[in-house]
Amino acid sequence: MHEMIVASGVVKRYGDVVALDGLDLVVPEGTVLAVLGPNGAGKTTAVRILTTLLEPDAGNAQVAGIDVCADPAGVRERIGLSGQNAAVDETLTGFENLDMVGRLYRLGRRRSIARARELLDQFDLSDAGDRPVKTYSGGMRRRLDLAAALVAQPTVLFLDEPTTGLDPRSRTGMWDVIRTLVRRGSTVLLTTQYLEEADRLADDIIVIDRGREIAHGTADELKRQVGGERIELVVSQPSQLEAARAALAGVAAGEVVAEDGGRRLTAPVSTGASALMAALRRLDAEGVELLDAGMRRPTLDDVFLTLTGRSTGEDDETDDTAAASRRTAEEAKR
Amino acid sequence: MTSLLHAFADGAVVAKRNLIKIKRVPDLLVFTTLSPIMFVLLFGYVFGSAIAVPGVNYREFLMAGIFCQTVIFGATITGAGLAEDMQKGIIDRFRSLPMSRSAVLVGRTTSDIVNNVIVIVVMSTTGLLIGWRIRTSPLEALGGFLLLLVFAYAISWVMAYIGLLVPSPEVVNNASFIAIFPITFIANTFVPSENFPPVLRTFANWNPVSSATLAARELFGNTSPQFVPPDVWSLQHPVVYTLVWVVIILAVFVPLSIRQYRRAASR
Repeated sequence: MHEMIVASGVVKRYGDVVALDGLDLVVPEGTVLAVLGPNGAGKTTAVRILTTLLEPDAGNAQVAGIDVCADPAGVRERIGLSGQNAAVDETLTGFENLDMVGRLYRLGRRRSIARARELLDQFDLSDAGDRPVKTYSGGMRRRLDLAAALVAQPTVLFLDEPTTGLDPRSRTGMWDVIRTLVRRGSTVLLTTQYLEEADRLADDIIVIDRGREIAHGTADELKRQVGGERIELVVSQPSQLEAARAALAGVAAGEVVAEDGGRRLTAPVSTGASALMAALRRLDAEGVELLDAGMRRPTLDDVFLTLTGRSTGEDDETDDTAAASRRTAEEAKR
Repeated sequence: MTSLLHAFADGAVVAKRNLIKIKRVPDLLVFTTLSPIMFVLLFGYVFGSAIAVPGVNYREFLMAGIFCQTVIFGATITGAGLAEDMQKGIIDRFRSLPMSRSAVLVGRTTSDIVNNVIVIVVMSTTGLLIGWRIRTSPLEALGGFLLLLVFAYAISWVMAYIGLLVPSPEVVNNASFIAIFPITFIANTFVPSENFPPVLRTFANWNPVSSATLAARELFGNTSPQFVPPDVWSLQHPVVYTLVWVVIILAVFVPLSIRQYRRAASR
């Protein structure tokens, strides 16, 4: 199997801020790699380096066998990039946007027009194709942006947070589109903040934090690493908390944790739904009244908490300062 | 050779996109033409009532100056447009395509020539209505308009560089306002510069805005034998002096802007 995207030891600094700190990754042909991480983890920087928009300070990377630093033009001919903010022109129509990209790929007039119409069809935008993009919804803009990345039928696709900010329906629609592309043989690197998205789309996941990999594996492997599923329940009477805790401890595979001022209890379990049933039988026998009970599957936040001891939100403030100093450093450099 | 052809072909695609924008969002064009019309009327009638230029009707004298100031302001669209494309991530899309590295800038500056041509047509019409006349041959007048456009084209590349440097289109607009007002006022654009204080007079004499304005004024025939330009080389040879500036500006800012485009990270 060919390796379509390879990065080894990629480092990018903005002044004192290290955006990427020796990132390695490999994406075999026809597979999807999800780069999972919170805001400011370095996901976008990684995509920008692999798509030749940014030069790394150290390390090297090849896309479709071509070195991104030695032959950036060659890489550009083989990739499609759909960025975080839909990079489409609002005053142009959807058709004009795609046709412009087609001309810039030098498809020629007729092929460019035909390809633009074909993509509008494929992305369910034919009705809106001759309307200015400023009349489009967020989901439509993202689809158009993705269509623009596909004009020249690239073999490698980079999708930077393709569903961030979309409503659930548009998100599902986007997932279908991406799955179709992969079935047709595209190699995809996508970044995301959602474990669920990585789980649905990716063959392989790397979790990054502060510019370095902190975990690597399939969705199932990651979930196992996090401790897999948990039982979560909310008691209606705080006085029954101790009884509930004792009942839960009997089935738990680890420590029982109280959250939300003590009324919510969570406990890792190893036997899935049968552990939940066992727990409910014990709670019922003790006469504990519940407001809510269920299985909880791990999210990025859980993965993060387990791997780093921090939740994804805790870094937000420092992220902003990091981003700000990164900008200042960038400007100073120019 | 092929890369040069590609630069032009890709530049034409980008220019076409900018021209569609002029058509669909005419606000920009309306504002860039309204202010010069306002200038023509305000200066022509308010200052015109007090300023006397020997041998020439003030409103005729004024037109070349206003043309020159307006096409320079027109060049700021280049900077503001690029800054906006950077902000919206469109430059990132262009940079991820296998297109010519200079095409975005070539396309942008080219479409802004079209913009300036439209502005010149509107202003000439206004001028003709208030009594401005071309008193030379059509060929000379055409030369005058071409010189103004070429001068503005060079300024476009300065603005392109600034547009790629700053974080937002508003900054381009505000910054260029502060720079362009003094440069276009400390010149012979609106009044003869002979009576300026010495420091300002020296600046005005060597200011390329003065030479471009004087060249246009002479090519339109809006001068008179009584009106003698200052005895400095720049204003004795205004066309040559202006073109020298054009060449210097292009030689410095074309490579500088293209380099900045290559390394510009979107914000």
